[in-house]
Amino acid sequence: MTDYKNLKLIATSSPHIRGAETTRSIMLDVIIAMVPALAYATWQFGFEALLLTAVSVAGCMFWEWLYRKLMKKPQSVGDLSAVVTGMLLAFVCPASTPLWMIIIGDFFSIVVVKQLFGGIGKNFVNPALAGRAFLLGSYAGVMTSWVDPAQNKVPLFGGTVDVVTAATPLALMKSGDLEALSQYSALDMFLGKIPGSLGEVSALLLIVGGVYLIWRKVINWQTPVAYIGTVAVLTFLFPQHGMSGLNWMMYSIFGGGLMLGAFFMATDYATSPVTKKGQLIFGIGCGLFTVFIRYFGSYNEGVCYSIMVMNLFVALIDKCTKPARFGVVKSEKKEAAAK
Amino acid sequence: MAQAFFGGVHPNDMKAATNEKAIEQLAPPAIVVIPMSMHFGAPCTPLVKAGDHVKVGQKIGEFRGLGAPIHASVSGTVKAVEPRPYNMGGNMMSVVIENDFQDELSEEVQAPADPEALTVEQMVEAVKNAGIVGMGGATFPTHVKISGGIGKVDTVIINGAECEPYITGDHRTMLERPEEIIGGATYLAKMFGTDKVIIGVEDNKQNGIDSMNKVIAEKNAPVVVEALHCRYPQGGEKQLCQAITGKQVPPGGLPANIGCAVFNINTTCAIYRAVTQGMPVVRKIVTVSGSGVIDPKNIECPIGTPVSNLFDACGGLKDGTYKLIMGGPMMGMAQYTTDVPVGKGTGAMLAFCENEEQTVEHPQCIRCGKCVAACPMHLEPLFMYQYAEKGMLDELNDAHIMDCMECGACAYACPARMHLTHMFKTGKQKLKDKMAADKAAAEAKKAAEEAKAAEAQKEAVNK
Repeated sequence: MTDYKNLKLIATSSPHIRGAETTRSIMLDVIIAMVPALAYATWQFGFEALLLTAVSVAGCMFWEWLYRKLMKKPQSVGDLSAVVTGMLLAFVCPASTPLWMIIIGDFFSIVVVKQLFGGIGKNFVNPALAGRAFLLGSYAGVMTSWVDPAQNKVPLFGGTVDVVTAATPLALMKSGDLEALSQYSALDMFLGKIPGSLGEVSALLLIVGGVYLIWRKVINWQTPVAYIGTVAVLTFLFPQHGMSGLNWMMYSIFGGGLMLGAFFMATDYATSPVTKKGQLIFGIGCGLFTVFIRYFGSYNEGVCYSIMVMNLFVALIDKCTKPARFGVVKSEKKEAAAK
Repeated sequence: MAQAFFGGVHPNDMKAATNEKAIEQLAPPAIVVIPMSMHFGAPCTPLVKAGDHVKVGQKIGEFRGLGAPIHASVSGTVKAVEPRPYNMGGNMMSVVIENDFQDELSEEVQAPADPEALTVEQMVEAVKNAGIVGMGGATFPTHVKISGGIGKVDTVIINGAECEPYITGDHRTMLERPEEIIGGATYLAKMFGTDKVIIGVEDNKQNGIDSMNKVIAEKNAPVVVEALHCRYPQGGEKQLCQAITGKQVPPGGLPANIGCAVFNINTTCAIYRAVTQGMPVVRKIVTVSGSGVIDPKNIECPIGTPVSNLFDACGGLKDGTYKLIMGGPMMGMAQYTTDVPVGKGTGAMLAFCENEEQTVEHPQCIRCGKCVAACPMHLEPLFMYQYAEKGMLDELNDAHIMDCMECGACAYACPARMHLTHMFKTGKQKLKDKMAADKAAAEAKKAAEEAKAAEAQKEAVNK
């Protein structure tokens, strides 16, 4: 029979069982959800796109490892969040971005934006978007030259001087150059046969990834639906340059980084509200800012900045969307407020 | 199907290990250790001393204030009355009885001549004398719940949710003793003067529902069985009321505030035995299960049986067993010794030898909000954790931490494996301590001011 006196027992607080989901499994799901878009980018822009993403991932993991090592903090590379940041940063850069440049962006994303504020869960703006904003401010020329996928691919090694570039559909929409815009059909926009950032071009594959994340319960539908919905409604109601509402709306939601932003950036846990109601408000706010920047701002794309601006509202949104206290009925609350 | 409550989680129920195994009677233990605290309230005072001879059902502990009496569960000689380890951690004054295996029934146990003729007061008295407490684990004295609820309660609910994984004692009771449940429920209807008692059962126990429905039809009893979607913590009193009536118990309140009273399945059986046979609570059905148990079983044993006897009856423990839990895996208490006895609220005894807990070394919140979605009390555990960690007690109070019932749903759902429930247990205690200290300080200040005022008045008079 069992020797009960010599059992090595531990006594901890309940609960004694845990769900199957871990931070690592969530991050792995996000990575899986981005793979289709990455595969498409590789096919469209050439192997340079894959190389750039790989270097960015390696860079993020290296910076995270180095920072935690130097600061004598427990290692956190294993949670795979640095991999997600690395992929996302590469996704929002042009495929022709030099490798050394993305490593600088990785440093800004991981060390300045994420680790200096306490690591995973503590940063208040999206690291990948902040990294892109930093690169855009520092190397505006490189960050706004878009390879024309219809004409050529990015060479794997060597300079990108000879690469033929083209304006993105959003730039053409901004300038009202409808003739040039007409070379891209709405279907091209949906499938991704357009110039643009590495991972943002194929709306279809990003939606596939987003639906996967919703199905896996990694993200809630509230943020992406509210975000894309707001942009869709506003652009449908207020088309520009004499285009029909429906056409303008399609170009607006399939162009630029809206799908990538709505499914992968605005849903970032650390920088979005914790309640579903808050996420709905957050998504609507992102949509409003995106349309405002595209219509009235000096940039032709507003996804990056709109999400970063809304990131700063998260604390306020969280405060205003606390769940109703259990057992307090609405009418009672009104009475209490009246008193 | 009844409407659900907000939040909750859906753990693997792990009930397959025991839900087809009939309740077995444990071979009489040589010694039972009966702690004087097996109920919510102050511990009982022992009525016996070492050397006394006791019989089954004899009262050995009397309660003061809120509580319920305690009875001998075997016949034999009192070996000692001394502090012994018990399920809440630490030691508790206990009556240790050496079993003489005669199983003599005490003369104190008297069946009424005609149970059906009993008045409501007599029935409540029988429940009180039988020492019945909430057997689901909360151990609130049942006679207090009944006498306090008469006149206020219009919905009597029997809690057959059994939402904790592993536990199957209530399920087996539904299958093997449905007439006791329905009989007890009928008495409850009589006591509260209602024409309907609702038994809430999760839909993973369909054969239990059928079994009870059969008896209800035979006896034409004023009872209905309501199937509920599986969702932890369905068996939480407030959640069950919400699932069945759609109403929410107000903060700090009891189900009686919304006209409900909730009784566990085995509490209902105990009420039946008390009213019909005058039999006090001396036995308990315990599910012995978990990865560390060689042959998991449902066992009925005398109250006070050391849990090592239960494990012995199940073939012993596997090598590498690292955790013993009294109760379910979501809310049960981890035990540090197998000397702890089975109490009135013990529904399960689990042993784990695999990596059920999946702890990580440096948990770091990722703000995913899954705890908020899981909290059935509409709290925001991630923020409460931050306040508790930093000792921000006022913020903790404003976040309504006192509404937390420590069900563990947040910690279960947490992908970062944060120790949420643990932090809330300690945080609540710190907050209670602070409130008590503040109150004492305010009273002392008030007394000092009054004394000063009296002094000043005296001086004024003297002048």
